Parts: sequence; C-alpha cells; structure tokens
Amino acid sequence: MNKSIDKYVVSVKDLTKKFGSFTAVDKISFDVSKGEIFGFLGANGAGKTTAIKMLIGLSKPTSGKARVAGYDVIKNPEKVKYRIGYMSQKFSLYDDLKVFENIRLYAGIYGVSKKEIKNKTDVLIKDLGMVDMKKKLVRDLPLGWKQKLAFAVSMVHNPSVVFLDEPTSGVDPITRRQFWEMIYKASEKGTTIFITTHYLDEAEYCTRASIMVDGEIKALDTPMELKNKLNVKSMQEVFVKLARG
Amino acid sequence: MSSDFLNINNISKSFGSVEALKEITFSVEKGELFGLIGPDGSGKTTLIRILITMLFPSTGNAQINGLDIVKDFKKLRNLIGYMPGKFSLYEDLTVEENLKFFATIFNTKIKDNYYLIKDIYQQIEPFRNRKAGNLSGGMKQKLALSCALIHKPDILFLDEPTTGIDAVSRVELWEMLKRLKQQNLTIVVSTPYMDEAQLCDKVAFMQKGEVLEINTPQRIVEDFDLPIYSVSGKDYYKLLLALRKMDITNTAFPFGESIHLTIKEEMNPEDLNGKIRKFTDQNTVTKRIKANIEDCFMAKMLKKDE
Repeated sequence: MNKSIDKYVVSVKDLTKKFGSFTAVDKISFDVSKGEIFGFLGANGAGKTTAIKMLIGLSKPTSGKARVAGYDVIKNPEKVKYRIGYMSQKFSLYDDLKVFENIRLYAGIYGVSKKEIKNKTDVLIKDLGMVDMKKKLVRDLPLGWKQKLAFAVSMVHNPSVVFLDEPTSGVDPITRRQFWEMIYKASEKGTTIFITTHYLDEAEYCTRASIMVDGEIKALDTPMELKNKLNVKSMQEVFVKLARG
Repeated sequence: MSSDFLNINNISKSFGSVEALKEITFSVEKGELFGLIGPDGSGKTTLIRILITMLFPSTGNAQINGLDIVKDFKKLRNLIGYMPGKFSLYEDLTVEENLKFFATIFNTKIKDNYYLIKDIYQQIEPFRNRKAGNLSGGMKQKLALSCALIHKPDILFLDEPTTGIDAVSRVELWEMLKRLKQQNLTIVVSTPYMDEAQLCDKVAFMQKGEVLEINTPQRIVEDFDLPIYSVSGKDYYKLLLALRKMDITNTAFPFGESIHLTIKEEMNPEDLNGKIRKFTDQNTVTKRIKANIEDCFMAKMLKKDE
C-alpha cells in the first residue's frame, strides 16, 4: 500500500477493457518511472482514452492490473484519484470564478490544508506570472493563459503523476512551447507526466513514447530508438508508419 | 482582368466590445487551395462564417465570383460548400439519407454530381445504411465532406477539418483536398496546425483577429531574414535555458529533438557551436538550417507584439 515500495509511478500489466464483444484495450503492459515524460500516442479510436480512464480510476478494467501513484486502480480507485493530477483538452476550470478562486477551490477539493492554501495560491500565481490577472474571471483569460493555469491547478496537490489529455490543442506555437517548458520544469522536480498529443513534434520531447494501434501497444521506446528502428527521421513518420499498418 | 474568385475588402467584425476581426483584406484565385493558419481565437471561424453568408461583417465587404456576400447571399449559397468544424449532420439519419437530404435541399440528385464525391463517398458506401451518429470520426468527416460537395459548389470552405484528428487521418484529408482541387474547385481551409500550411498554395497567418502575413508557403519561408540554426545536446531543457542567456541570442525555441536558435548576426556554424559549447558546457551539435513555417509564424507574432 505504501507508495514508497513502488519502483514505478505507473505500472500496467495486461490491462484490458471490453465493451461487449469489442476489445477497446487489449492486454497492454508498460511501466513509467518517476519524473518521466511519457507520451501516450495513437490514432483516434485506438483506445487511448479508454486506457487513460482506467488509469485514473474512472473505469474498471475487464482484466489485468494497474498500479498508479502507489495504489491499485481496481482496489483503490478513490485513492488513485487523490494522488494524481488530470487536465483534459476541455478545461476543468470554472469560467465564472476568478483565477485565485479556481486555485483555492481545487486545492480545497484535493485536501490541501487551509493554512497551506493561501500560501500555495500566492506562490502559484506568482510562478505563473499572473499577479495582474489574479482577480480576473477565468472566462476572460486568453486560451493560452487558461491552459497554463489549468496545468498548474492540476498539480496544486503535488501529485506524483499528472495525466494531460491533448493539453496543447489549438494554442499558438509560442504558447504551446511555453506550456512544454512548464512540463519540463515539473518533470525536473520529479513529477511524472503522462501525455497524449496530436502534435507529433511534441512526441520528440518525451522521455519515452508508446504508440497504440487497435487497442494494443505496438511500439514503446525513446523517440530516438523508435526512429532508428524504423529507419525514419521524425516521430511523425514513426506514427504514420505504425498507425497505418 | 483579375482572376480573383474571392475578394475580401477591409472586413471587421465586433461582438460587443470584442473585436474578432480587424480590417481583413485579401483575395483568393480560382482553383486555389488557400489556408487560414492560426490558433484558436484568431478569428478563422468568424471570417469563414462571414464568407459563407451566415454572419454579417460589421464593416467592409466581400465578393465571391463577383457576387456580394450580403446583397447576393441567396444566389451565393448555391455556389458555396461548407464543412463546419463540429460535425453537424443528422445523427439519426443514415449515411445515405443525409446525402440525399443535402442533395434535395439544393435541388439536385446524388447521381448528377456523384463523380465529384465518388472517391470519398465510396469509402463509406459500405455503411450507407448506418446512422451517421454511429460512424467513426474519420467516416463522419468523409460523409460531411460528401454532403458539402453534393451540390457541386464552386468554392468549398472547411473550418478546422483536422483539429483533434490523428496524423494518419490528417494526411488522408489533405490527399482528398488535393484531388478536389484538380476539379477546379476553389478551397479555403482553416487549421491551427502550422505544418499544414505547406500543403496550401497560399496562406494567411492569423492571430488575434488580424492577418500577420499572406503569401505562398515557399515565399514565407524564403523571406525569413534571421540567421537560424538547430542546436542539439544531451540535456535539452538546460540547453534551452542556457541558450536564452547568451548575448547573441535572439530567440531559442524547442523544435522536436533540437532547439531552433536565431541570433542577431550570421555566424559560421562551427564557430557558433564552439561558442555554445563554451557557454553551456554541453557537447552540442549546431547546424545552419532553413526556417520552417512555424519559425516564420512565431517570428511574425513576436514582431507584432513589439
């Protein structure tokens, strides 16, 4: 039960999800280490979302095992939820709350102590460079800022792993890069990052990346090794080659 | 006589106090594949909605094939094909019923213009009795495209057809557009993916309701006037931070497995690499490169912000 005995932050063995006769996720296995930036790639409909839902404790696996942030996702899905962060492409921020209110709300939900919340909110706002925007409603923020705030909020309780589901879709290229710098920073501090993206240049920034095809993990390695193995120059080519079959 | 098929003159659009579009002017030639490239909130959708006669501009005007988008909107609607970003067909009708419906409201029959959609529609024809709501994302898109084309429009507008879809389906969609272009169809397509600019004949970079640049993608890349290099090293993030602190650095941005560095004055790559090694204490490799579309877009953004 104690998370310190786990060698990996995410450890998945033969994880499977069936919907009737359809196997959405088919015996996937992999491990993710502390501080890794793990790219979880795949075509639409390959089973990524279903797999992530199981890992964050929202969907019960049909068979197989997964431990996330020190807990078994089948036995202790609620504890898993406490120890992870999650940010999806549809922001989970409240549009009609102010910037600092959103941070306070999430810190409270995740059980950060009252004393800590105040301090944490100030530090976070300062780190984000949002001091001037602190009292703005989230709905009035430009998309790029919303995304940065949503990422920071997803880590307000110091989770050991953060799941990012297409966090950069639609933002301008400069903001997209600033977002990645936040990811690097978090990973340097030891937070594990589990990320899906359709921008395949971003796959190059990952420590390792997996490519899912029809419910299975077809390849998993460092971007460099994936490219070498397939004898191609970019992750884009790796993806198209594997996903097209 | 100009061969321009679509003319946009000084179009602005405000919603209350929000200026969604600011004095947009450009033209598109007949048979051109034109890209509106820009992030969310840059005004792409608003501009497309104005051009398809669904929204009035606040000021300015536009003509398609000589017809005014406000005065002649009824005539224009027969000439325009439109595929919105969000799937907007009837989910409870079958594939075939949807197509028939769109053919009928445009007063035509599927077989009259079938040749135009054959390539695309054939791929979903085996599922013609399936409800549209039960199709996969890729198939929905093929159906939406077929429905947008069934009345044989002269100009086709696609609003972010590749957003949120995977790299393989993106390649397929662009292949379809390329084939449609051969039918002398004029195509205007919006996308937040910078790399797709290279697949267009001409592009407009959009940001915050303004056009930053209009040109062919080749020309945009050639016009990039800063010395640009790719730098790679073992510790990517540390290298990035260190490069930004060098006095000769203009910008340093992550680009896949290397960092793109622009500097103030041209330098021999070996000399530059020596300087970088000394400064960053990393065993780096530095090459002089050509800018890509994304480098250009970012440079334009920064220039605008100055």
